[in-house]
Amino acid sequence: MMKQLLKQPLLWAALLLATCVLALPFATPLFANLFPQLDRPLYTQEPFAWLLWQHVLLVGTSSLFAVVVGTAIGFTITRSSGQSFRPLIENVLATSQAFPPVAVLALAVPVVGFGELPALLALALYGLLPVAQGTVSGLQGVPASQRQAALSLGLSGSQCLRYIDIPLALLVWLSGVRTSVIINIGTAAIASTVGAKTLGSPIIVGLSGFNTAYVLQGAIVLALLAVTVDLAFDFFARRVSAIPPPI
Amino acid sequence: MSEHSRWNPLPASLSVLVVAVLLGLPFLRVAPNRLVSGESVYFSSVAHGSVWLLLVILCAAALVAVFRPHRLWLGSVVASSVALITGLLWLAASHATFTAQGAASIARTSFGSAFWLAVVLLAFLANSALEQLRATALQRAALGVAVLLCLSAILGSGVCDNLSLVKEYTQRADDFGLLLARHMQIVLLALAFTVCLGLLSGWLAHAHAGVGRVVLPVLNIIQTIPSIALFGLLMAPLSLLAASLPALGRAGISGVGLAPAVIALTLYGLLPVVRSVLAGLQQVSRSMRSAAAALGLTPVQVLIHIELPLALPVLLGGIRTAAVASVGLAAVTALIGAGGLGSIMFEGLFSNAQDLVLLGVLPIVALGMLVDALFKVLIGLARTRAHSS
Repeated sequence: MMKQLLKQPLLWAALLLATCVLALPFATPLFANLFPQLDRPLYTQEPFAWLLWQHVLLVGTSSLFAVVVGTAIGFTITRSSGQSFRPLIENVLATSQAFPPVAVLALAVPVVGFGELPALLALALYGLLPVAQGTVSGLQGVPASQRQAALSLGLSGSQCLRYIDIPLALLVWLSGVRTSVIINIGTAAIASTVGAKTLGSPIIVGLSGFNTAYVLQGAIVLALLAVTVDLAFDFFARRVSAIPPPI
Repeated sequence: MSEHSRWNPLPASLSVLVVAVLLGLPFLRVAPNRLVSGESVYFSSVAHGSVWLLLVILCAAALVAVFRPHRLWLGSVVASSVALITGLLWLAASHATFTAQGAASIARTSFGSAFWLAVVLLAFLANSALEQLRATALQRAALGVAVLLCLSAILGSGVCDNLSLVKEYTQRADDFGLLLARHMQIVLLALAFTVCLGLLSGWLAHAHAGVGRVVLPVLNIIQTIPSIALFGLLMAPLSLLAASLPALGRAGISGVGLAPAVIALTLYGLLPVVRSVLAGLQQVSRSMRSAAAALGLTPVQVLIHIELPLALPVLLGGIRTAAVASVGLAAVTALIGAGGLGSIMFEGLFSNAQDLVLLGVLPIVALGMLVDALFKVLIGLARTRAHSS
C-alpha cells in the first residue's frame, strides 16, 4: 500500500508544490545568488500561499459553473428534443477554437470592469466549451447496441441513462473537464493583467519591472500547480477506467 | 432526403433571437471622447426602410424553412443574413458620420452589444442554413472570401472612417501593419520548427516505441504548463545563456522577445503534430507497406511515396491544431516583449480603451479562423488525393 502510494507521481508533484510555496519566503539568499544584480530578489507583495489559494478559488468557482452548465448543455443537445440545436453548439465549439482564452478575458473587461469579475466571467464562459464537447462526444460514443440491450432487458429511459450512458461516457466527460480546468489555470494567471490577484501576479509584476526572479518564482509555482492538477485528473481517470463495465 | 426534410427550428429561433437582440440591446454607443463609455443608441432609432425589409425577409424565409427546408428558402436565409451583416455595418457607419458632422472630432461612435451579438448570430444562422444545404468546404470558403471582400470594400470606401474602431486603426495604421507582420512571423517561425521537429520525432517514435514512451509524456507535461509560466521558465535560462555567450545576444537571442516566444510556441505545437504523425503512420496498412517493400522500394522511398501521402490528411489535422492554437498563444507573447497583435490588445486593456482592445482581438480571431479554414481546404484536397492514389 505504502509502496504503491510512493509510486504515485501525483503525491510527489503535490509535495513539491507545497514545499515550494512554504519554502519560497525563506529563499531570499538563493535568489540573491542567482540574480545578484537585483535589489529585491524575492516577491513579497503577497505571500505565495495566499496567491495559490486565490488562484485555486478563482479556478474552482469558475470551473464549477463551467462543469454544471457545460454538462447540462451537452446533455440537452444529445437528447432527441434538443437535437436540432446541436449544429449550432458544434459551430460555436468549432469557432471558439480560433478564439484564444486571453481574447475572451480582454473582451470581458469592457463589459464588467477590472478585477476578479471579468476573470470569473471569462473563465466560466470559456471553460463551458470543452465540458460540453466532452459530454457530447462521451454520450455519442455509447454504442447503440448496449442501450438497446438494456432497454430490451426492461430498463426504463432514466435507468438506461443511469446504468449505461453515464458510466460509459464518464471517462470522455472527465477528459473534457480536465481540458477545461487546465485552460482555466493558465487563463487565471493572465487575469492578473486585469487586476485579479493570482499566481500570475508575480510574473506580470516581474515582467513590467524587469525582475526575472519574480517571473521565475511565479512561473515555478504556477507550472507546479497545473502539473499537480493534471496528475490528479490522471489519477481519477485511472480510477474511473478501473470500474468494471455495468453490463 | 429524410434528414434534409427534417423539421428544424434552429434558423427560426436564431432569427427571432436576432430581432430580440436588435430591439432590446444598444446598437451603438456615442461618447464625447474615447475613454468614456457613452450613451446608447438603439437599432430602432437609426434603422432605415431597407434594413427593416431585409430583417423581415430573413425572418419570413427562416420561418418557412422550418416547415419546408427547400433550397430556395435556405438559400434566401443565407443571402439575407449576409446582406444584413453588411447592412448593419453600413447603418452603424452612416450614423457615425451623421454624429461626427454635428459634434467635435473627438466624439466616438462604437459598436454596441446588439451589433456584435447580431453579427455573430447572423453568421451562425447563415452557417446552419449552409449545413442544411450541405455546402462543401470549398463552397463555404468561396462564400467566406466573397463576404470578406464585400466588408473590406465597405471599409476601404471610407464610409466607416468615423467609427471609433476605424479611427483607432488610422491612428496607428503603420504600427498595425508591422505588428500584424510580427504576429505572423512568430507563428510561422514556430510552425516551421514544430513541423520539422514533430515529423522527425513522430517518425522516430513510430519506428522505436521506446522513443514514444519518453517523448509523449514530456510533451504532455509541457502542454499542461500555462503559457505565461512557460515563457517565465524559458526567460531565466535564455537570459543567462545570452549573458554568457555574447554572440547569441548579438544574434537577437535573449530572455525576452522573439526567442522565448518562438521556443514556447514550438514546444506547445509538438504534441498535436507528433500525435498526428503517429496516428497517420499507424493507419497505413501493413499489406501496403510489405507490397511496397516487395517491389524493391527502400524504407526511405516507402516513407516518401507510400506512408507520407497516405498519412497526410491526419498529419495536416495535427498541424492545423498547432497552427490555430499558436495564432492565439502568440497574443500572450506580447507580455514578454515579442510584439504582435497582442501588444495592441494589452495596450487597450491597460489604458481602458475598448476599441483598442478590439483592434487587437478582432484580427487575432480572424487570423485564427482564416488559418483554420485554409487547413480545412488543404485537408479536403489531401483526402481526395490519398483516396485516388
